[in-house]
Amino acid sequence: MSRLTPPVGADDHALGPADAPVTLVEYGDYECPHCGRAAPIVERVVRRFGDRLRFVFRNFPLTEMHPHAEHAAEAAESAGAHGGERGFWAMHHAIYAHQQDGPDALGDARLAEYAGELGLDGRAVLADVRAERSAERIQSDFMSGVRSGVNGTPTFFINGRRFDEAWDDEGLSAAIERAGARGQA
Amino acid sequence: MNSSALTPGTPAPDFTLHATPDQTVSLSDFRGQNVVLVFYPADWSPVCGDQIALYNQILPEFRRLGAEPVGISVDGVWCHRAFSENRHLHFPLLADFEPKGEVARRYGVYREKEGTTERALFVVDGEGVIRWSYVSPVGVNPGADGILEALEGMQSGAQTAGAGR
Repeated sequence: MSRLTPPVGADDHALGPADAPVTLVEYGDYECPHCGRAAPIVERVVRRFGDRLRFVFRNFPLTEMHPHAEHAAEAAESAGAHGGERGFWAMHHAIYAHQQDGPDALGDARLAEYAGELGLDGRAVLADVRAERSAERIQSDFMSGVRSGVNGTPTFFINGRRFDEAWDDEGLSAAIERAGARGQA
Repeated sequence: MNSSALTPGTPAPDFTLHATPDQTVSLSDFRGQNVVLVFYPADWSPVCGDQIALYNQILPEFRRLGAEPVGISVDGVWCHRAFSENRHLHFPLLADFEPKGEVARRYGVYREKEGTTERALFVVDGEGVIRWSYVSPVGVNPGADGILEALEGMQSGAQTAGAGR
């Protein structure tokens, strides 16, 4: 039970080489405080493994609990649409970096500001967010998560298998090492 | 894994439990539609919170498959009300509170030592028969993939059975 469906494909937001021996997938919600705590951990792990790891992020906004999660996801997708994959990842990191700034940290206007600070067209991002241009993609990410056995946020998959252990630096790193070793055997 | 949980093919024992201080819900109220019985150890605990929030979020998907989820724990109605309001839940939480854990016992998913229910899922069809069940390790949120696969299997089974109409 609980294998990643569908597997990582060309439409996914990915950091690192497509032929890396290990792929780490996170299903996350931009307003979820646990995902906020996981963000710097994932960044460290990505740096540590370099070309040996590909990291993929899929949206899993729990909108009933997190009223800003959907628009924050829209903003990251919009940054990707205007600024390519670099734009997406810059916005992804910016949102998590600002997540705990205050009650309105992920309000539409603030999201547009973050985009502007990254050199993107803040007004275009704001328009995309308000029009919910990426709603279909976000919903499709969400349903793929449900199908894959995502049970809360963040949920990680390592080479397609759900990772049920603690997602601290050591736990993630050890599991990635193990998956890499299995791949070579 | 609890081996005494009721298995597919077993008629689901009927029950009537309080959903709110002045409102009860019976399994038989749902005749003609599928029900997902979600036994979980406690309101407010971190794993349960995520699990219940997830089912709340995918309510449209359950309904598309003709199913209503129902949460059951040994918490009382006031506790359920506070939890439900806090998480904006749109499906009922039932109180298996007095006699404590009676319904969970009848489904074979009561944990004597802890005094709570197992983390167990039952999919019951419109005729009141259990079609799928799963007991998760108590600390592991089982997600929704198993439930959705079971419901889809029932839907395609029904279509095959109804093909001669």
